[in-house]
Amino acid sequence: MISYLANPKRFMSMSSWAIPVGYGLGVLLFAWSLYRGLFVVPADAAQGGDIMRAMFIHVPSAWLCMGLYAALAVSSFVWFIWRHELADVAARAIAPIGAGYTALCLATGSIWGKPTWGTWWLWDDARMMSVLVLLFLFMGYIALRAAMENRQKAARAGAIVAMVGVVNVPIIRFSVDIWTSLHQGPSVLRADGPAMADVYLYPLLIGFLGQALIVAGLVMALMRAEIYRQRAQVLLTRRLQEA
Amino acid sequence: MSAAPLWQAFRSAAAEAWAGGAGALLPLGFFAGTCLLVPFSVGSKAATLSAIGPGILWLALALASLVTLERVFQADVQDGALDLWVQLDQSLSVIAAIKTLAHWCVSGLPLVLLTPIFAIMLQVPADDLVPAMLAYALGGVSFFMWGGVAAALAASVARGGLLIALLALPFYLPAIIFGALALNEGLGGTAILFLAASTLFSLGVAPAAMGAALRLAAD
Repeated sequence: MISYLANPKRFMSMSSWAIPVGYGLGVLLFAWSLYRGLFVVPADAAQGGDIMRAMFIHVPSAWLCMGLYAALAVSSFVWFIWRHELADVAARAIAPIGAGYTALCLATGSIWGKPTWGTWWLWDDARMMSVLVLLFLFMGYIALRAAMENRQKAARAGAIVAMVGVVNVPIIRFSVDIWTSLHQGPSVLRADGPAMADVYLYPLLIGFLGQALIVAGLVMALMRAEIYRQRAQVLLTRRLQEA
Repeated sequence: MSAAPLWQAFRSAAAEAWAGGAGALLPLGFFAGTCLLVPFSVGSKAATLSAIGPGILWLALALASLVTLERVFQADVQDGALDLWVQLDQSLSVIAAIKTLAHWCVSGLPLVLLTPIFAIMLQVPADDLVPAMLAYALGGVSFFMWGGVAAALAASVARGGLLIALLALPFYLPAIIFGALALNEGLGGTAILFLAASTLFSLGVAPAAMGAALRLAAD
C-alpha cells in the first residue's frame, strides 16, 4: 500500500478524502474517550484521585511520541535508500508534530506526577529520561534541517540524524534502566499496564485511536501543504523562464 | 586500499590541532577553567566538592570535546581536503574515524591524563584516581565519536557551533551514566564493562554516520 501511495498524484487524491475522515472520526473517538475519562470513570485513589484522569491525555501522547519517532526514522530510511521524495515530505511533516507530542507527554506527566509522587521530575526514571532524549532528538532534527539552505541537503542530513537516533534510543533507554536498578529509585511508573481494569482500558485505547487518526490527518495535511508549496515553486520558475 | 592515506589523515589532523598557536592547549585551558569555577559556584566545602568532583570532570570532558570538534571537518570542507578524500578509494568513514581519533589523542587524552590533578584540586579522595583515568579515557572516546558525527553533519552549515552541541549531547548520555556509575562502584563492577560496550558501539556506528555526513558536505 505504501509503494502504491508513493506516487504523489495518488497520494493527493487519497489524502483529499482521508484527511477529513481522519479528523472527523478522530475527533469523535477522542471526544468520547475524554467524556468517559473526565466524567464517567471512577477516580482511582491509588493513582492520586481525580488527577489520574490525566492518563487519557498522557498515555496516548507517550505512545504517539514514540510511534512518531519510529515513523520519522522509517521514512528517513526509505528516503535515504530509495530517494522517494514523498518519504522526505512525510519526515518533514512528522517532526514538529512528534516534538509537540513529546512536550505534551512530558508536561502532562509532570502535572500528574507532582500530586501523586510528590515531584515534578525524577532523574532516575528510565521512561522520563528516554522521552526527554526523544525531545532533544526531535529538536536536533528540526534545527539541523532549518540550518541547511538546500532542501536536498537538509533531507540527507536529517535522515542521518534520525537513523543514528533510532539505533541509539534503545541504548539510552537501556543505560538509564541499569542506572535506576542500581540506584533503587522508586519504581513509580509500574502501576499501569495490563493490571488496568476494563473501565479504564477501553476509553484509553479508543482515545489513543482517536488521537492517532487526528495525527495521521495532520501529517497528511502538512504533506499536502509541502507538495503544493513545491508545485507553486515549479510554476513560478516556469513562468519566470517564459517571461 | 593502502594504509598511507590513513596515516596521512592522522598526521595532518594532529598537526592541524597544534597549528595556529597552541590549538591543543586550548581545550586544556577550557577544562582547567571549568574546574576552577566549580569551587566558587557550588561552595568550597570539601564534602560537597569531593561528592561532585568526578561528575564535574565528566562534564568538563564532555564540553571540552565539543569545543575541539567544532572546526574539525569544517576546515576540511573549506580548504578542499574533503574533496581530495572523496577521490581516494579509501572509505570516507575510516578516514573520518581516524581523524576524530587523532583529535582525541591530541586534545582528549591530555585531559584524561590530567584528571588526577584536577580530582585532587576538587578534593576527591586520592584512592583510585589512576584507575579512574581508564573510565575517563573510554568515555572520552565515545564523546569524540558522537561529537564527530555532529561535527560532520554541521560541516555543511555555515555556523554550526551550537548545532553540534544540540545534536551530540543526547548521545553522550550512555557514556556519562555508565562512567559515573563506574567511578561510584569502582573498576571491579559491571558498569565499566557497560561503559566499554557503549564506547565500542560508538566506534562501530559513528564512523558510518560520519562518512555519510561528510559525503553530503562534499557535494
